[in-house]
Amino acid sequence: MIKITNLHKKFASNEILKGINLNIDKGVTAILGPNGSGKTTLNKCILSMVYPDKGTIEINSQNIHSQWKYRKGIDYLPQIANFPNNITVNELIKMIKDLRQESLKDETPLINLFKLTPYLDKKLTNLSGGTKQKINLVLAFMFDNDILILDEPTTGLDPAALISLKELIFKEKQKGKTILVTSHIMSFVEEISDQIVFILEGKTYFHGSIQELKESTNQSDFQHAIANILTDNYA
Amino acid sequence: MRKLFAFYSIVFFIFLGSNSWAKRIIVSASNSSISSVKHAIEIAQSNDTILVKSGVYQESDLIITKPLTIISENATIDGQNKGEIFIVKADSVTIKNFTIINVGTSYIKDFAAIRVRDSKAFNIENNTIKELFFGIYLEKSKNGRVVNNKIYGKAKNEFNSGNGIQLWYCNQILIQGNYVEKVRDGIYLEFSNYCTIDNNTSKDNVRYGLHFMFSNNDTVTNSRYINNGAGVAIMFSKFMQMSHNIFSDNWGSAAYGVLLKEVNDTQIYANTFSNNTTAINIEGSNRVTYTHNDFISNGWAINSRGANYHNKVNYNNFLNNSFDLLYHGQLNQNSFDSNYWSNYTGYDLDKDGIGDISHRPIKLFSYVVNNTPEAIIFLRSLFVDIIDFSEKVSPVFTPDNLVDHKPQIKKINHDKNN
Amino acid sequence: MLKILKYSFYDLIRSRWSYIYFLFYLILGFVLLFLNHDIGKAIITLMNVIIVLVPLISTIFGIMYYYDSKEFTELLLALPIKRSSIFLGQYLGISLSLSMSLLIGLGIPFLSYGLLESGIIFDFIILILIGFFLTLIFSALAYNIGLRNENKIKGFGLAILLWLFLAVIYDGIFLSVLMLFGDYPLENITLVGTVLNPIDLSRILILLKLDISALLGYTGAVFKKFFGGTAGSLISFLILLLWTYIPIYLIYKTAKKKDF
Repeated sequence: MIKITNLHKKFASNEILKGINLNIDKGVTAILGPNGSGKTTLNKCILSMVYPDKGTIEINSQNIHSQWKYRKGIDYLPQIANFPNNITVNELIKMIKDLRQESLKDETPLINLFKLTPYLDKKLTNLSGGTKQKINLVLAFMFDNDILILDEPTTGLDPAALISLKELIFKEKQKGKTILVTSHIMSFVEEISDQIVFILEGKTYFHGSIQELKESTNQSDFQHAIANILTDNYA
Repeated sequence: MRKLFAFYSIVFFIFLGSNSWAKRIIVSASNSSISSVKHAIEIAQSNDTILVKSGVYQESDLIITKPLTIISENATIDGQNKGEIFIVKADSVTIKNFTIINVGTSYIKDFAAIRVRDSKAFNIENNTIKELFFGIYLEKSKNGRVVNNKIYGKAKNEFNSGNGIQLWYCNQILIQGNYVEKVRDGIYLEFSNYCTIDNNTSKDNVRYGLHFMFSNNDTVTNSRYINNGAGVAIMFSKFMQMSHNIFSDNWGSAAYGVLLKEVNDTQIYANTFSNNTTAINIEGSNRVTYTHNDFISNGWAINSRGANYHNKVNYNNFLNNSFDLLYHGQLNQNSFDSNYWSNYTGYDLDKDGIGDISHRPIKLFSYVVNNTPEAIIFLRSLFVDIIDFSEKVSPVFTPDNLVDHKPQIKKINHDKNN
Repeated sequence: MLKILKYSFYDLIRSRWSYIYFLFYLILGFVLLFLNHDIGKAIITLMNVIIVLVPLISTIFGIMYYYDSKEFTELLLALPIKRSSIFLGQYLGISLSLSMSLLIGLGIPFLSYGLLESGIIFDFIILILIGFFLTLIFSALAYNIGLRNENKIKGFGLAILLWLFLAVIYDGIFLSVLMLFGDYPLENITLVGTVLNPIDLSRILILLKLDISALLGYTGAVFKKFFGGTAGSLISFLILLLWTYIPIYLIYKTAKKKDF
């Protein structure tokens, strides 16, 4: 679905991506890596928020270079949810629908799922971080597109909402979507992912299932397997 | 007693003479015997009246050497650019109601439409002069009237144009109700004293609306000076009075409402100056008082160029001028008290109508502009406001003691009938 | 783009700052008219305010709004919207809401004091038009600074510095140069120098309609000919347009290449 070839990106003198090659298929793919390894940059490259210096990204065999309409088919959950402060939740949802030109989509199941009804007429500036993240999730899931990119979706969520989120991801996976997740919560990753991509020093260090990862690192526990990669490389 | 009787007899005979023996001569283009003004003047006796009937008379050099009254009834004298038209060389001559056109232009001689020389008690009234070089030129004459004439020139520059009304060595002349436009100087007085200039309009003249040189004790009242090179220029004169005049729209690099150079003991009061580049420009003048004038929206209200002593600028209104004052040299006993300045920013806590802090009418920027005229482009810019403010707070470049100690809080209501 | 413009505008006109800005002009207008009783003079004072404050406020609001809405911008960037639409839309949102505060804030007091009956309406329109241009120019400059500086403090500092430079320092340097080289013919240089600074140019355009014309005679023919004539006024407005166009074009160019 998403094919990334030889992707390079440098910010000033800081080389973040040094030739990523990746094929992302249907199902949940977790992108892991230490802080600053370029996970978010990779996500943003897929969304054309960051332009790669070199390399290509193809989505459904279409090169996305200097395109923007392909984003119609992508839902994105940004890492930090920050909205215009002076509008209400309802207005925000309406606005995003309007901007995506999909006014007919129904958000009520998601609103109910995250129990947001009491907040609908509140201004965003008055909401807590967790509630904002829930709204962020509603906006990401409500358009039901084939590709879903979730950047740290668990930030600020209470346990109940976390469970709802997992269910939601499973449900979307059943529909045959391509879901890209970055997260630092290993248990969460282990629970939801089919594939793991480990990025280290700007390169794909590992790409495979959790099982394959455990085997290659000779660890029975997922968290240890990840820790193992890190200590091997940084020790 | 006998002397008195003799005097009365003389008066009686003169009276009799002017009435019973005076003839009326009628000039008409269709009259075969007297069809020219020149002919009429030749055959006329002293104190006769010549009536010139309607029509165009192509004549010039009409020399008048006896007391005559010449009145036009809609007649036009066309001088065909040959030279002068009326030349008066006798006393008690009246020239009235004529339209005079095409006065000759010369670089050697000052040709005039009407010239009066060595004459007394003349009356030049209600004539219209067009296509002229000089309009009305009075020499060494006195006790005459120049009233209600209209002079329309076409001057473009100073070199080849003449003046509207010119006086040279004349005394006690009344110049009243005249309109002069587009000549060099609207009205020019040289060595002429005790003249009254009242209710005239000078407009669009190339040089000055009214110009005095070496003339004393003249009064200028109720006149309008609009869009001239300078409204009124007074040079090397003294004991003058100017009041209730209007000076407006005199614009240009050397344009002034009033230009004073070496003028002493003069009073300028109750005039209105508006929209002039410089309302009053003063140089080398002493004991001149400026009171109850209104200075409205001029570039500079007063430009004091130095060597001015004991002048008084009091009870005037300074309203919205770009600069109220430009001043060179020391204070020299000049007084700037008790005026109203529209940009005074002080307060009046004791409610006596006088600002509690003195007003400093000079802005540093006015000096800058004076030195570098191009800098005018920065007028009202923030930077200029800042330097003006700092100069106001601590004067470095401008005279420290040049202040109005009694700035008025309210606009002064002059009683203009004073 | 129109959608983004609509939402930015909608967002901004509901923000507290827009009201403060609006109220500021409203009060200023009424106070000026109340103190002066003379619409003509109030316009001169107003000119001083507009020349200095409109650029300052546009700069501050422009940069503030850019940084404030940065995360939201990122949200928009992930949506199927053309990039240039997002930035130009937001930019137009801020500059139009600022212009509206100016127009309404000053319009109400002047209308209620009989602007329509006075002959000064043309001056007022020129004033508002120039205020509008200055808003467009300075919020665009601020937006450019925002786009080029991730660091808020640095961006804010640069924006204020830019304002300070164009409003004060530029004139200071320029005036010093004029005085230093006062012996040379300077009219053309002055003309060019004025035209290169939008604040100076706006000031001259307004002054021409108000009180400088009496003084222009003093400086000689070049200014009078240039600014006094129709061609000069047209050229001045063209240059203001250029001053508006270039920063907006730069927003477009920069936004197109920038990584977020």
